[in-house]
Amino acid sequence: MKRQMVLRVVGKLFIPYMLLFALYVQFHGDFGPGGGFQAGVIAAAAIILYALIFGLPAARRLAPDPIVEAMVALGVLLFAGVGVAGIVLGGNYLDYFVLDGDPVAGQHRGIFWVEAGVGITVTGVMLKIFYMFAGRGRSLDER
Amino acid sequence: MTLAHLPALVVVVPLLAAPLVVLVRRAAAAWAIATAACAFSFAAAILLSAEVAAHGPMSYHLGNWPPPWGIEYRVDALSAFVLVLVSGIGTASALYAWRSAAAELSRDQLYLYYVMHCLCVAGLLGMTVTGDAFNLFVFMEIASLSSYVLIALGRDRRALLAAYQYLILGTIGATFYVIGVGLLYLATGTLNIADLAERLPQTASTRAVLAALAFITVGVSLKLALFPLHFWLPNAYAYAPSAVTALLAATATKVSVYVLLRFYFGVFGLRLVTETLPMAEILLVLSLIAIVTASLVALWQENLKRLFAYSSVAQIGYITLGVSMASPDGLTAAVVHLFNHGITKGALFLLLGGVALRAGGATMGSVQGLGRRMPLTSLAIVIAGLSLIGVPGTAGFVSKWYLVLGAIEAGRWWLAGFVVATSLIAVAYVWRFVEAAYLSEPGPATPGRGEAPAAMLAPALALAAACVFFGLQTSWTVGSARRAAELLLGGVP
Repeated sequence: MKRQMVLRVVGKLFIPYMLLFALYVQFHGDFGPGGGFQAGVIAAAAIILYALIFGLPAARRLAPDPIVEAMVALGVLLFAGVGVAGIVLGGNYLDYFVLDGDPVAGQHRGIFWVEAGVGITVTGVMLKIFYMFAGRGRSLDER
Repeated sequence: MTLAHLPALVVVVPLLAAPLVVLVRRAAAAWAIATAACAFSFAAAILLSAEVAAHGPMSYHLGNWPPPWGIEYRVDALSAFVLVLVSGIGTASALYAWRSAAAELSRDQLYLYYVMHCLCVAGLLGMTVTGDAFNLFVFMEIASLSSYVLIALGRDRRALLAAYQYLILGTIGATFYVIGVGLLYLATGTLNIADLAERLPQTASTRAVLAALAFITVGVSLKLALFPLHFWLPNAYAYAPSAVTALLAATATKVSVYVLLRFYFGVFGLRLVTETLPMAEILLVLSLIAIVTASLVALWQENLKRLFAYSSVAQIGYITLGVSMASPDGLTAAVVHLFNHGITKGALFLLLGGVALRAGGATMGSVQGLGRRMPLTSLAIVIAGLSLIGVPGTAGFVSKWYLVLGAIEAGRWWLAGFVVATSLIAVAYVWRFVEAAYLSEPGPATPGRGEAPAAMLAPALALAAACVFFGLQTSWTVGSARRAAELLLGGVP
């Protein structure tokens, strides 16, 4: 669909704002509807839209497979790592109260990193699933 | 200080190992991380078991939110016992996979295998240790989803179909469970298992509670493969990679039995389960049918993995038979058989994996004359087979002994006779192996002389030795099971 000018222009216009909106949803999750899961889906949707317009190889150059797979793991590691940080700082597993001198700030800090982990993993998983489905039946160099 | 965190760490360490394995990717490093994580959990489970035996139940508040608001991890006599079984088998299977998975899987899939192994073990341990009904569902999904993937990794293309079948039925089971938990939440407003037990007697909406009991019974029974909900099991066990079959056969169904015990005795209470509803009678009848039919079907199997898969359905029947007695001896038998059958089946499937590796498949044809070609493996299969039958001196005898005691205690002499009589069917199918391995000449499908690689043989032999050890040294297994039974019966009037 690379030759469709309307798609190309609208896509280029939309994709940066989609990514920005994903970040908004990610960081506004503390105060309103949103959070890591929704943000991750929106960010992945932006790259999937890019893949639909400019083709799968272009998207794979933008978000290479090794990075996507690492994201799947890194998010979980970050989430679980916040839990371990709670133990290291003298609390229980996933204890946010001890993450800062002020318990309320500690709760904020804890949920911030946990949601960041969720966002990273969800983006990675969505892209991985999309790549696997879209890459089926193609030869290796086409992928 | 660390001891206090073990209830969380026992689950968290294998859970953390999974993403680490994805990052390292190299098969050898993946194996090392997965094995180390499982071994850590095994050590932690043993420590927890000792701690619980000495100082009573432990409660761990996740995120420092006190229950019933926060998620509570609870280790008591029953869950510590199951933790030891799951983490022990998880470690044995991980050690075994070093050679076994390398032979059965393609190289680029190996690290993903270890990821799924870690997730499956973490999920099963989480189901056991959590004191929160919804958290249990989450771990059930982690364990189930990873086990579908593990089964689908089997070399045979039919593994895909078997995994798909299990996926459909397992998902129905998990959905039924979560519907049941939803109804309980509706009736009581809490998800904490101990809190549920306290609030249930005061609840007015008994109809919702009865529906919850029905949904949870059917859902968990699907997971534990109670007759007639066992159709996913034979194919899943037969076509999964060898290390996976052993892991799932020894742990997945056992943890589901644990969940059933928790809900029947720890949440709904004896009165509701056995007096208001005829659950004990239903379980009894289904267990009896499971034992007879599955044992008979096992007699006609040519594929040894399928044979012992059907035997698993029958053995689960013995466990649920013990549950249905709802007496101290009956429950002791159920809990101890959960462990004993776990190590017995774990040993059998690990040994069969060795045969399958050498012969290209574990069928009756490929074990002809095996006694001369793989003497150690054959001998260990016979020992584990004797434990399956329940011959004195093996672990299986201990559980059947308490089952018979429970039946006699309840005045059901016919049931005691039934347990002994059905063991004869097990004698018949184990004899088929003995006849093929020791009384037949080696056939064209029999492997040449030589044992399986040591890395596979060692964990398998260790489990086979455990079958004998726990048949002679019963103080720990029976003691833990008895404390667990007292806990279950004393928990809710």
